[in-house]
Amino acid sequence: MEKKHWIINSDNYWFKFKFTEAWEYRDLFILLIKRDFVAFYKQTVLGPLWFFIQPIITMVVFVFVFGKVGAFSTDGLPKPLFYLPGIICWNYFSECIIKNASVFRDNSNLFSKVYFPRIIFPFSIVFSSMIRFFIQLLLFILILFYYYFKGFEIQLNYTLLLFPYLLILLAALGQGLGLIISSLTTKYRDLSLLVNFGIQLLMFATTVVYPLSAAPERYKTIIALNPITSILEAFRYAFLGHGDFSIIILLRATLITAIVFFSGLILFHKVEKNFIDTV
Amino acid sequence: MSEFSIKANNISKAYRKGAIGSGTLSRDIEQRLSFIFKEKLEKEVIKIEQNQLNWSLKDVNFEIQEGETVGIIGKNGAGKSTLLKILSKVTTPTKGIMEGYGRVASLLEVGTGFHPELSGRENIFLNGSILGMKKKEIQQNFDEIVDFSGVESYLDTPVKRYSSGMYVRLAFAVAAHLQSEILIIDEVLAVGDAEFQKKCLNKMGAISKNQGRTVVFVSHNMQSIQTLCSKTIFLEQGELAGFGKTSDMIQNYLNRNLVFKHVSERIDRKGDGRVKVVDLVFIDAKSNKITNNFYAGMNLIIDLKLSSYQFNLKSNLEISLGINDQFGTRLTLISNKVSGQTISPLEDGVWTQKIAIYNLPFAMGNYSITLFIASGGVIHDWITEAMPISIESDRFFGELAQTLPNGQGSFYLNFTYL
Repeated sequence: MEKKHWIINSDNYWFKFKFTEAWEYRDLFILLIKRDFVAFYKQTVLGPLWFFIQPIITMVVFVFVFGKVGAFSTDGLPKPLFYLPGIICWNYFSECIIKNASVFRDNSNLFSKVYFPRIIFPFSIVFSSMIRFFIQLLLFILILFYYYFKGFEIQLNYTLLLFPYLLILLAALGQGLGLIISSLTTKYRDLSLLVNFGIQLLMFATTVVYPLSAAPERYKTIIALNPITSILEAFRYAFLGHGDFSIIILLRATLITAIVFFSGLILFHKVEKNFIDTV
Repeated sequence: MSEFSIKANNISKAYRKGAIGSGTLSRDIEQRLSFIFKEKLEKEVIKIEQNQLNWSLKDVNFEIQEGETVGIIGKNGAGKSTLLKILSKVTTPTKGIMEGYGRVASLLEVGTGFHPELSGRENIFLNGSILGMKKKEIQQNFDEIVDFSGVESYLDTPVKRYSSGMYVRLAFAVAAHLQSEILIIDEVLAVGDAEFQKKCLNKMGAISKNQGRTVVFVSHNMQSIQTLCSKTIFLEQGELAGFGKTSDMIQNYLNRNLVFKHVSERIDRKGDGRVKVVDLVFIDAKSNKITNNFYAGMNLIIDLKLSSYQFNLKSNLEISLGINDQFGTRLTLISNKVSGQTISPLEDGVWTQKIAIYNLPFAMGNYSITLFIASGGVIHDWITEAMPISIESDRFFGELAQTLPNGQGSFYLNFTYL
């Protein structure tokens, strides 16, 4: 067998990614996804049922608080059908951020002992959370069918074909933001305190509990510029036929996402080499 | 065929000492702001402080041939772990180049990356792939790994239910069967029972001899270095103090630890000298022999030889030994004032004072002893950091005990679980 020649030095280029090396570790990537999934349901009594319980209860609370008490508009849609896609997408998005943001801290013991391409970990997080997303999506589709049989008219349309693309956007945005935060938290630990709090606030600047059409005129442009709003509205449009969707909006969201994602990747790459000296 | 397996060219690693990167954003901003308003001279001072680097490795050069088993020895803080971290790519050198041929697998701590909830089987695959193996390679070696670890009947039990011995055995088994050309091992043999330690040593010997793989091995245990390694790297304060035949290096290392400026030759002492320490040796109470090998949990006798002249005792004589850690922080004080005992030298001349320390509680690391002798408010002899002590292993709770984890303090309490 040909022995590979390697060199370790202090070079730290901004843009030198090692894609082939990461590919060598693909088995680790798959095993990590499996680990996260298996460990999750082994640690809980109800197991995979939790995947359903959490969005259902959140939905019920939203229906009551925002729908009944607050009387927020739901764009003329049945309340559960309106809230559920928002909850599911937001859950996925926030999980991507939170878990990516603490990736150095959570794994510092491992990272300080063994070398492997660090980027495997953030990507495995995004994909293992995606399993949960799909399971919850199934729940949404079941409820959609329920309403269909009750006489609700589903307006499926061609945008449904964009679904995989929307999902990638959502994942990339969450991962990008998470990586930026995780790279900065290796130096500034107080940033991590901001994360949970910030995500909570961000939800209200996104169209999770209200439709864009019901947003106050003055803030509408700001809320609409938020790429998660664009992605979320497109999701609703694809499944329910209601929502603010156009190709231009989608392209704008794509551009923002790409910027965030690649900044995150570059920052992460810059930090990963020597972060162990500072932690 | 390549002529060398690993080559280090002027490897240096620095850690920043100064106040840069305080850890919180607000404090960093505060520092920057206050910096603006400082005088020019003050600024210079701060700049110098911030640029002060702590070199944990300085211009280290060596070349390891293929199939060699090389040990690394040196005191705590000599740069052993930094060197290993660079070798295993966990961190990069500040200066210099390390190059080599073939895959590198490092076994820096057994069981890193094990997930407690997963079964032994699942962990073999997970751990193996973290260490750089492909799934196929693990499958090929699976039976051998299981066989070596001896946990066959617990393969489908979550590893959190394993005994610590089983845990270590499984972890070592995975690492030992890595298909890598270079294997880096740090202190694995500190854990596990004697029988398993022997098995590990044999396995490591076999790895380098029969399979032609290169092994780099760090240990405080000179015995295992001696049996395993043909050549040894000896590090001292970040510099290469020697690289050659293992027996020579170990001899060097032991000699070096004995060589220090004798207390009688120290001139940087304070006091009127009417009572002086002229010699200080350590005796292992177990063997009753003079020793310079210290371990946590030992019973130690400090044998002080003192001389006194023109000395009439007006009040209680105080003989104190302060123990500092490597950063110069005072950890504790041994003093007859503290224990309420009186010392009364009868006449001028040389006399002996012995002090017994039971169950030496300090964890692995470097310490020093400061000597202080006074009576009635007059200092007779005062030598700061008169004597270094290097605690080489932790046996506070007996042979099977584990060392304190990193960052969990520097001394033991004598506790027991009831």
